[in-house]
Amino acid sequence: MKKNVLFLIGLALLVPLVIILSSEENPTSVSQTSKALQGKLIITGSSTIAPLAQEMAKQFESSYPNVRVDVQTGGSSRGISDVRRSLTHIGMVSRQLKASEQDLTAHKIAMDGVTLIVHQQNPVTQLTDDQIRAMYTGKFSNWTDLGGTDNPITVINKAEGRSTLEVFLGYFGLKNQQIKPDIVIGDNEQAIKLVAQNPHAIAYVSIGTGEYSQQHGVPIKLLAINGIAASSHNVNQATFPITRELNFITHGIPNKLSLAFIEFAQSPATFPLIKAQSFVPLTP
Amino acid sequence: MSLLHRDLLLHWVLRIFALLASLIVGLIAIFLIVESFPVLNHVGLLAFFSDASWHPTEQLFNLLPMLWASLMVVVGALILSIPLSLLSALFCEFYAPTRLAVIYRRIIELLAGIPSVIYGFWGLVVLVPIIASIEAPGTSLLAGILVLSFMILPTLTLFAITAFHNISQQQIANSMALGISKAGFICHVILPLARPALLAGTVLQTGRAIGETMALLMVCGNVVQTPSHLFEPMRTLTSNIALEMAYAMDDHRSALFVSGFILLLIVIGLVILSNLLVKEPNDTHTV
Amino acid sequence: MIPTQFNKTTPWRDKLLATSAWLAAAIVSLFFIWLLSDILWHGIQRLSWDFLTSDPLDAGRSGGIGPIIVSTLLILTICLVVAIPIGLGCAIYLAEYAQQAHPASLRYIRGSLDVLASMPSIVLGLFGSAFFCILLGFGFSILSGGLTLACMVLPLLIRTAEQGLRDVAHEHRTSAAALGLSRYSTLLHIIIPAAAPAIMVGIVLSVGRALAETAALIYTAGYVTRMPESIFDSGRTLSIHIYDLSMNVPGGNSTSYGSALVLIILLLFINISTAWLNEKYFTRKFKHA
Repeated sequence: MKKNVLFLIGLALLVPLVIILSSEENPTSVSQTSKALQGKLIITGSSTIAPLAQEMAKQFESSYPNVRVDVQTGGSSRGISDVRRSLTHIGMVSRQLKASEQDLTAHKIAMDGVTLIVHQQNPVTQLTDDQIRAMYTGKFSNWTDLGGTDNPITVINKAEGRSTLEVFLGYFGLKNQQIKPDIVIGDNEQAIKLVAQNPHAIAYVSIGTGEYSQQHGVPIKLLAINGIAASSHNVNQATFPITRELNFITHGIPNKLSLAFIEFAQSPATFPLIKAQSFVPLTP
Repeated sequence: MSLLHRDLLLHWVLRIFALLASLIVGLIAIFLIVESFPVLNHVGLLAFFSDASWHPTEQLFNLLPMLWASLMVVVGALILSIPLSLLSALFCEFYAPTRLAVIYRRIIELLAGIPSVIYGFWGLVVLVPIIASIEAPGTSLLAGILVLSFMILPTLTLFAITAFHNISQQQIANSMALGISKAGFICHVILPLARPALLAGTVLQTGRAIGETMALLMVCGNVVQTPSHLFEPMRTLTSNIALEMAYAMDDHRSALFVSGFILLLIVIGLVILSNLLVKEPNDTHTV
Repeated sequence: MIPTQFNKTTPWRDKLLATSAWLAAAIVSLFFIWLLSDILWHGIQRLSWDFLTSDPLDAGRSGGIGPIIVSTLLILTICLVVAIPIGLGCAIYLAEYAQQAHPASLRYIRGSLDVLASMPSIVLGLFGSAFFCILLGFGFSILSGGLTLACMVLPLLIRTAEQGLRDVAHEHRTSAAALGLSRYSTLLHIIIPAAAPAIMVGIVLSVGRALAETAALIYTAGYVTRMPESIFDSGRTLSIHIYDLSMNVPGGNSTSYGSALVLIILLLFINISTAWLNEKYFTRKFKHA
């Protein structure tokens, strides 16, 4: 009995090891064209930037096979705190740096906007600042108040600590205490999924994330604000009212690998990646 | 090494292992206290019960709405699942034909093992739209109660089945000799005798229900408010930690550790309660 | 068993109780069938060998769950490798050396294990993240996740193992002593082999418990969907994958169903193994009685 047990345990340990070893890349068989860049780069921060950072990481890794880039979310505030405590090399922050954060260096990589989304079937196509304020503070509670169908509005708000929430509150001059939500969510994607499932829900998300989902067939639509359509084009032209910068931040002097990655991120090579995520690349 | 030395060594090694295992809880408590300290220092414990609301980025830390929400969802789940689990156990033990009882028990055992995430997923995809069609938004106290009660039902039932089985073995001969009817047997013999074990089991499941995070995070809507009716969304203390922890800094993060510590205290209280209930001697009833 | 035959003289109380019992069982069974058939129906459309081995694509909407299964197995392995020695050691101590121990220390050990058993998993996740990820510096990794799960699984393992050790007939110990065997030898060659089936049941139950865990892992093992290359890499388990897909990925429901089905099949397998081991245990017990 004991021998069988030991054998089974040994087998259970071997199986995953075998799978891993068989799929691991063999670093010594890499071609000589890669420069001596190697090591692990850790990037944490805003969940808005994370998908973009992930795509950039993949492309970077394919040019430098000895490099591993790990992207983790945690919010812009986490990005700042981690970089300050040297827990990560690069932080992702989806807003401008505040006055108290001048000990950090911001490397802008793209621009983004924040707008509201509703289900595709919702007849409403645009809203004014006041209407949005009224909805989120609970004064309007039915879609008929906005020219829509007779259904209660399901207001979706973001949980505290997210910079998208801060951008939203900052623009509309509201405090989180004044908001009367029906559902509170964590990440952008969650808001998108909820709105796609519920024809009477409304939420605010980053334009980049929203447009990306829309292009991939998710049944949502982005609302125009004060008559200006919410598109990455308008963010580019700086005509859309609620915009924000997407930054990679570092603390002190970044190491060689971080510098290389930031340089790569700001180069035109990443423009197609940025556009693919529906953010707006910075043209010189 | 002599036999005596080897045994002494073994004794010490085992002592160390046991110590390690028992230190974990102590370590957890220490960490929770240490991490809670900053905000307790800045804001004080009273703020957690008297502030205007829970808006940590605006330095408001009232935990009461979430404590009430946790309480309500657990009590609701208990109200639903205790009768169902008792009756299920009675069915399995006394009313079902043997083959059916075995199959039913297997079903319950499988249900007991299903991860909370799957219950939450199913609740989100199936239950919430149904509730939403009755009243928006669908993610609500009701959804939480339903999902939670389905989660604690199987384990409560298994507990009850074991308790009923043991007592039934002891008492069946006497009761049949006295000619008691089945309902009488159940109501006046089995249930009273099983009460201490059932209570202890219920208290343990309550502890588990209070600790439930993922399923409730998925179906309750996560709005911080004391729910005033079943269809209102709410947020439990546990879901709060899961939702905000990743993005919380400084005082906010510290406040989450305070709520974690409160949960720990509640659980310790429940464990003590359950132990006290089990100690109640059964010997006064045995023949 | 007291017979249930309804006739004109059966009091209404019996009829009521019997009907309620059957009704309750029907409700529970119906719910079970509803839940399982829903998952089976949607999940089976996604199952295939490809699904089980290939990488996830498009944030998990298409592709498979290969790396996730590997991460899950790795985390489980680490959890067991750490939990089994400590758990077994503690169980042996509680079962064999209880008389020689100070009663207060015994009460403390048992009490703390009880509390650990009922600990909310998110609080354990908090601890794991503060202790393993930050203090010990393992970061978001499979190692941190496995260690946190070990803490979670320990009480269950100890409880079952201790029960198994206690159930071993006392004559074994006294006969061994009469033959002049040291306690160490007695344990190694007689007691533990006799209790092995029960210990296996404990291990299998722990695996089931660990597989179901989500909250303890989101802050310790991370979210990464890549194939892990070492235990210091971050990795995602099946349960986290289901959570992430259902909450954050529009169009991810179908993969979520598929993963849920895989998880349930794994758990079913574990359930059956426990039942089989239990039967083996009982027949063995009667052989030695």
